[in-house]
Amino acid sequence: MTATVGVAVFPGTNCELDSIHAVESLGGTGKILWHSSKNLSEVDAVIIPGGFAHGDYLRPGAIARFSPLMSAITDFANNGGPVLGICNGFQVLTESGLLPGALQKNKGLKFLCKTVEVRVETENSTLTRNAAKGVKLSLPINHFEGNFTCDHDTLNSLLEQDRVVLRYCDNPNGSIDDIAGVCNESRNVVGIMPHPERACDSLLGSEDGKVLFDSLLGAN
Amino acid sequence: MIFSVLVDVRLRKGIADPAGSTIERSLPTLGFSNVRDVSVGKTIRFVIEAENEKEAHEKVESICSTFLTNPVIEEAEITIENLEKVEGN
Repeated sequence: MTATVGVAVFPGTNCELDSIHAVESLGGTGKILWHSSKNLSEVDAVIIPGGFAHGDYLRPGAIARFSPLMSAITDFANNGGPVLGICNGFQVLTESGLLPGALQKNKGLKFLCKTVEVRVETENSTLTRNAAKGVKLSLPINHFEGNFTCDHDTLNSLLEQDRVVLRYCDNPNGSIDDIAGVCNESRNVVGIMPHPERACDSLLGSEDGKVLFDSLLGAN
Repeated sequence: MIFSVLVDVRLRKGIADPAGSTIERSLPTLGFSNVRDVSVGKTIRFVIEAENEKEAHEKVESICSTFLTNPVIEEAEITIENLEKVEGN
């Protein structure tokens, strides 16, 4: 497996090295993509990692959305390229319109930093093609604005089209319908709040993230 | 013409406002009773140049819908003041 995964870095991104470590521990090659660059050549997949892009000013993801890199990632995604947004990356993807809905403040108004169980809800996405539907994964969450919301029509279309990728087993943040991750209609763009890159090594307490990264690495 | 703009960004009705409800719950413990409908938003102020007030409004509405608000969860009330008119008075 020699997939090259581009990892987006905005000012304030802080999970890029964890993401690259996870990719490389599974045999892929990680490549940093700076936010002012538009060069996605030689990249087989893109990760928008967690952090606080542009300080989360205005809203998480609102400013990152206008960067040159995001317009290149949008073209890449529209051409079928696999894109994974993790945590802040999920927020960037909803702000940029590549994924529906929005992430609002957690229901309990607490920053959540703990390991939670999520269930794989579909095998039909770029992130879960190697996972079995129904399998439970133990993954860390680390967010203040992870409460996924959308209007009823959007929720119905997500359900009808089998686009909920992960659900929380015990909803920690008030997300509508326990949603922890969704994909786009073409199923090549996925956003999730949990951090699988922090669960790819038994030293860190869980290797449950590996199956997701394996799917992403094999996606092209 | 130069216009002063105030954008009041609020959460849409039905969107949970944990900051607002936390403040509301705290008020009685401080002795302030009979307070309700607390909501927390943000205000953004700036100055904009436009030919007239209508054009200023259109520009600001476009800035709001593309950038200053996320229409999925937020809405904005825009207040525009003609600075030149104020100075002229």
